[in-house]
Amino acid sequence: MKSRTDIAVIGAGPAGMAAAVMAADHGASVLLLDEQAAAGGQIYRAVGSQKATGSAILGTEYYQGGALVDRLAASTVEHVTGATVWHVSDQREIGVSVDGAAELINADHIIIATGAQERPFPVPGWTLPGVMNAGAAQILLKSSGVLLPYPVFVGTGPLLYLIAHQYLRAGVPIAAVLDTTPRSNLCQALGLLPAAFREAGQIWKGLGWLKDLRTSGTTFKTGVEDIRINGADHAESVEYKIAGHWHSCSAESVLLHQGVVPNVNLAMAAGCKHHWSDAQLCWHAQVDDWGYSTVEGVSIAGDGAGIVGADSAQALGGLAALDALYRIGKLSIPERDKIAMPLRKIMSRQQPLRRFLDRLYQPAEQFRIPADPATLVCRCEEVSAAEIREAVSLGCQGPNQLKSFTRAGMGPCQGRLCGLTVSAIIADELGRPVQDIGAARLRSPVKPLELGQLAALADKE
Amino acid sequence: MSRIPRKPCTNVSFRFAGETIEAQEGDSVAAALLAAGHWTFRTTPVGVAPRGPLCMMGVCFDCLVEIDGMGNQQACMREVKEGMNVAPQSGAFEAAP
Amino acid sequence: MTQAEFIVVGGGLVGVAIAYGLQRRNLPTLLLDESDNAFRAARGNFGLIWTQSKGTDLPAYAQWTWTSAQGWADLSAELMAQTGARLAYHRPGGIEICLTAAEMEDKQKKMERLQTHADHIEFRMLERKALGNMLPGLGPDVAGGCLSPGDGHVNPLMLLRALHVGFQTMGGKISSGAPVQRIDQTSSGFKVRTADQAYESGRVVVAAGLGTPKLAEMIGLKIDVRPQRGQNLITERVKPFLSMPLSGIRQTDEGGVQLGESNEEVGFDDSVTPATMADIAARAVKTFPHLQRARIVRAWGALRVMSPDGAPIYAQSKTCPGAFAAVCHSGVTLAAAHANVLAPAIAENQLPASVAALGPERFADV
Repeated sequence: MKSRTDIAVIGAGPAGMAAAVMAADHGASVLLLDEQAAAGGQIYRAVGSQKATGSAILGTEYYQGGALVDRLAASTVEHVTGATVWHVSDQREIGVSVDGAAELINADHIIIATGAQERPFPVPGWTLPGVMNAGAAQILLKSSGVLLPYPVFVGTGPLLYLIAHQYLRAGVPIAAVLDTTPRSNLCQALGLLPAAFREAGQIWKGLGWLKDLRTSGTTFKTGVEDIRINGADHAESVEYKIAGHWHSCSAESVLLHQGVVPNVNLAMAAGCKHHWSDAQLCWHAQVDDWGYSTVEGVSIAGDGAGIVGADSAQALGGLAALDALYRIGKLSIPERDKIAMPLRKIMSRQQPLRRFLDRLYQPAEQFRIPADPATLVCRCEEVSAAEIREAVSLGCQGPNQLKSFTRAGMGPCQGRLCGLTVSAIIADELGRPVQDIGAARLRSPVKPLELGQLAALADKE
Repeated sequence: MSRIPRKPCTNVSFRFAGETIEAQEGDSVAAALLAAGHWTFRTTPVGVAPRGPLCMMGVCFDCLVEIDGMGNQQACMREVKEGMNVAPQSGAFEAAP
Repeated sequence: MTQAEFIVVGGGLVGVAIAYGLQRRNLPTLLLDESDNAFRAARGNFGLIWTQSKGTDLPAYAQWTWTSAQGWADLSAELMAQTGARLAYHRPGGIEICLTAAEMEDKQKKMERLQTHADHIEFRMLERKALGNMLPGLGPDVAGGCLSPGDGHVNPLMLLRALHVGFQTMGGKISSGAPVQRIDQTSSGFKVRTADQAYESGRVVVAAGLGTPKLAEMIGLKIDVRPQRGQNLITERVKPFLSMPLSGIRQTDEGGVQLGESNEEVGFDDSVTPATMADIAARAVKTFPHLQRARIVRAWGALRVMSPDGAPIYAQSKTCPGAFAAVCHSGVTLAAAHANVLAPAIAENQLPASVAALGPERFADV
């Protein structure tokens, strides 16, 4: 791996792959760093090695990701797999570990394309073995063909219905689908539907999944207001509340999903400013319409800046690369803007559908701010909602002081699973907007880093 | 637990908690353990609570296991290898002098 | 407008320890603390209660430190009884590791200098073999170390929390979220203002860390402190292997191994840098090679509140009677002295005789 490159792209999902290919095609030296063994990110995970499972179960869109992976392989991009980036400085220095060794690399421009993760879903019992994210079930299916037994699908959002539908097609008996979409969302989203009808195909497809699920004989409940997962050492049953009444169903696995949120850790640690998005209820990077951040020479593309979906992520990756190419002197402004035009068209076509989906599937407050005090908020350090509220009552006005009082956010996941919940609880307790509360201060290393690897860097200097 | 077999498919076997697990080349350790019916990968340092994978993509750090004597390895980020020795992670990392 | 007998500006370890001591004397005290993302040296702390390197050439500082170390057990017991907090206070002795013979020599000279005016601070220089018997897993590339039996450590974040809780349990009031912008003398005492609020009190103590110079000026005091960055690393929880605190390596009660001991003059920059992190890691791995595979999960830069000679500054205003200032970079070590000696003296409108040589006037001719 070279120690210097024109453009470094971090993350090989749709945005990262598109950015890397665009940059390389226009003559920049490009280094693409990704943690996984193959390109594709999460949505196109293992698409390069999928010979068997087939579109009958996974769907044709998944395989479209394969085209981008092929273009990447054919390009001059230096794609380093198994590369964990743990540091990006405001001077564009990158700290990365590959094969058990840490290295420092410099780039003229960095494109952060770290994508998204699933939103935490803190409910009582969510830490039991057997409880996983719906996306985790997707990964198991795509990478290994593994299907979990007798699942209850809980939550809201297209990805939940997609994986439930994939399980239906695969013939797996489903315990139940418990839809937590607030009923009020539909009324509010209906107003956004006409504009979104340019992407009618997508909506039609989603409705098709729902129809199949509901007519298959699968237990499908809507308007679920509350959830409790029970079991001794493993998830055994799920209690759910509808219209004030509790019901129960048994299960062998529980798959949770309430949308995805940007992976902000690396960008925040690099110093990129973020602001709270009320529409998506998560942190958005402050970027211009090329994805250029508030840190010189650093752009953020794709879901990592704000959730846009795979197709728009790909377009944004291209736009970020075009802008980077201009900034490092490989393209003029007119050239940049000309190539950008079709990508901008994709973005504007997709935006109405995105707004509709954001509104329709906005998670209910009670699933973002747990009411049951015993619910674990910080899974790593086992800190409950009650302890978080207590810390606020002791004077913690924000997540940093709260972290020092309770240890929430101090575990190896570095706040990825608890950060949003902590900020939401503090905001709720203090009656202030999340934007004012802020996020916990994040710093390098943004993934746990072996001491020995770090120590070896001292010898290299 | 069921699985749709890969074609072609190379078998890989490894050890977990005294058992021999049959997996397929390309499986993550986490996928292979789940496919073999193992839900609990570790017990937590604070409350000694059983945990297994949540995200399968390297962000939750709940799927930690010991691989070939080295603790706190994310099972979802490591590929199975023939003869690997995997054990549940019991509490905190052991940095044995 | 809210009134109190005392206003303490600054909710870090210095401010809250003083506020705790004042409230314990039944003096209604209001603690004003700024916002969540302030520099906050108190949250960057290592947690050492350290006497072997303090006041090597400044007898008053060495003595003041010793007083505090001796009073720490009582403070710990009191806080635990009052708040139930698990402070994990231990005083097993502390070790400064010397990687080379030169470091050993240097340290020995410093300790001998310290003992010329503070011979109650004991020390033993230990060669590698003897040190290895005390510290299992000690690396082969360590020359030795200095053991001082009076040193110890505590969980610094739990300490901060316990002082806050104890203070409020005794009736103390805290207002947090906004920095103090102005302090003015009034006919009955002082008026302290944030952007949106004003508070009145009879007396005021400014213990605002790096924010002290600006506020102290308003009460007729010249306090000279600058930021000095120390970078810290902490590992994931590790099964217990180290019960004694080392100056740059400490295993916390939760199991994480905390690493530090760097000094950088970089102004108000609390970021972390791979270069310094690597140096800290290299020293740690030389000391305990078995830590090589442990993972760092967090790193932070903390800005020490550093005076020109490194010792605290305690000041009583002449132009504004009833106004005091207190700053130091050893808020953990000195917590007991601040709560048990400094606060009671301030309550009586004076400074303890033992800190007479630690006033701001010692820098006047510099």
